[in-house]
Amino acid sequence: MALLDVNKLSIHFGGVKAVQEVSFSIDAGIVYAVIGPNGAGKTTLFNLITGVYKPTSGEIRLDGESIGGKSPNELATRGVARTFQNLQICMNMSAIENVMVGAHLRLDRNLLKAALRLPTLTRRDAEMRVEAAELMRFVGLEKYIEARADSMSYGALKRLEIARALAMKPRLIFLDEPAAGLNPKETIEVDDLIRKMADSGITVVLVEHDMKMVMNLSDRILVLDYGKKLAEGTGEEVRRNPDVIAAYLGAHA
Amino acid sequence: MQKRAYFGLYIVIAVLAVLPLVVPNSFYLDLAIRMAINAVIVLGLNLLIGFAGQISLGHAGFLGIGAYASAVLPTHFGWHPLLAMGAGAAITGLLAAVLARPIFKLKGQYLAMATLGLGIIINIAIRNEAAWTGGPDGMPVPAMGLMGFELTSDKHWYWVVALMLSVSVWASINLIDSPFGRALRALHGSEVASQVVGVDVVRYKVAIFVMSAVFASLMGSITAHYVGFVTPNLADFFHSIELVTMVVIGGMASVYGSLIGAVLLTALPQALATFEGWETVAFGAILMVCMIFMPKGLVPTLAAKFGKGD
Repeated sequence: MALLDVNKLSIHFGGVKAVQEVSFSIDAGIVYAVIGPNGAGKTTLFNLITGVYKPTSGEIRLDGESIGGKSPNELATRGVARTFQNLQICMNMSAIENVMVGAHLRLDRNLLKAALRLPTLTRRDAEMRVEAAELMRFVGLEKYIEARADSMSYGALKRLEIARALAMKPRLIFLDEPAAGLNPKETIEVDDLIRKMADSGITVVLVEHDMKMVMNLSDRILVLDYGKKLAEGTGEEVRRNPDVIAAYLGAHA
Repeated sequence: MQKRAYFGLYIVIAVLAVLPLVVPNSFYLDLAIRMAINAVIVLGLNLLIGFAGQISLGHAGFLGIGAYASAVLPTHFGWHPLLAMGAGAAITGLLAAVLARPIFKLKGQYLAMATLGLGIIINIAIRNEAAWTGGPDGMPVPAMGLMGFELTSDKHWYWVVALMLSVSVWASINLIDSPFGRALRALHGSEVASQVVGVDVVRYKVAIFVMSAVFASLMGSITAHYVGFVTPNLADFFHSIELVTMVVIGGMASVYGSLIGAVLLTALPQALATFEGWETVAFGAILMVCMIFMPKGLVPTLAAKFGKGD
């Protein structure tokens, strides 16, 4: 059985049909890419699956359980993590605290125990700080462990989002344009990072415009255009698909 | 950050311990007590406004519930003042919890309006129920006592509020640097990011709203017993605004900013008394200048200037 099953998923914003009857499934342990021209509905699709938007119709199943319309925090409890295309970093916190927030569900969140600074809670918190520093090293942010989030570069913040998502210990992670705005060196680093994540057993779904990266990394690719599924398959299958060629290069190409 | 935060706590405790030995007369002791009471309320309010990023323009209403619970329940029903204080806090907590769910579906100016309305309704209720509350004239409050010992002198009150303030500062620092506190700050920094890592944002907003309301209610009870008399002015809109101003002037999301804001804004009207009819104007002008040159508030601005962070 597939880890994620999406069946005839649609969302309409007034008259705009941003995603229309899109179906696909993702097996556990693979790298799955969603591509398409700007405005194709890729980020909307991510927002639907991660609970930020509620679908107009259709079904989303995670491990066979229907998750359509569940809130993002409920999905987090089921091991679904994500990053954002337009950064969502808490600039009012330090870099490492941003990562520690990712471990929210793994820590004791009791208000009273926190106010009284009970040793069980602070010990666990100190361990988490060590783990968060390790995650920052894992994504290549070792020199920012003591930094404030608002002092970091765009490329570093992109990776900070990945570290925060990893702190959840997710089964399934959605990366929305992880290489957008990065220089070639940083892109290669993120490429390696995604491979490391996949090797560690996390199922990775990414939206990305960098075709080299997509073709390199992905086991399967979904192509969207105007909110509809245009094609789905391995990199080679998608590359040869005439509809895909038409959408990317124009009908007469 | 943590070490520095606890260092600040030691300074606060030291100042509180030395203060009664150096104040020249009872006028200043009274002022210090009122500063400390305000500081506790502002600490709670800053957790809501500064750290969690949610506004409340009705906190004086909660203060009023606490104050009037301490006035009405012992006077009319013969309750023990401590029990009345607890009841006031419980009523406030319950009211805040029940109303917070619908209120925190709102954001920005709508949230401000909803909390403003709530505070005004509480104030109107206090003014209109004259049979119980004395209406606009207010009512006397019986003395607070425990096991035959009555809290009457300002010295006694001073130590009570100094202890409450020290504990509040300690608890606030602890809370901010905990998973709960990080979730609060995260939903302020990016609500959607906090949601996708599993923070139930409405639940956290409600929790901190209830907590800050209960802080206000408890200090309302303390104020009532300390002053010995309550009037509806305690619960009015202007008092709510005054509390928010203390948060903003001292510094949002700054524990010590809350203390400085409370101290300055409690003292300022006294210091400006020499301006006679113009004191309100001078007060407003000072606030405007502060906001223009230090929009982040006193403590964060000064901390950044001297390169220490908060």
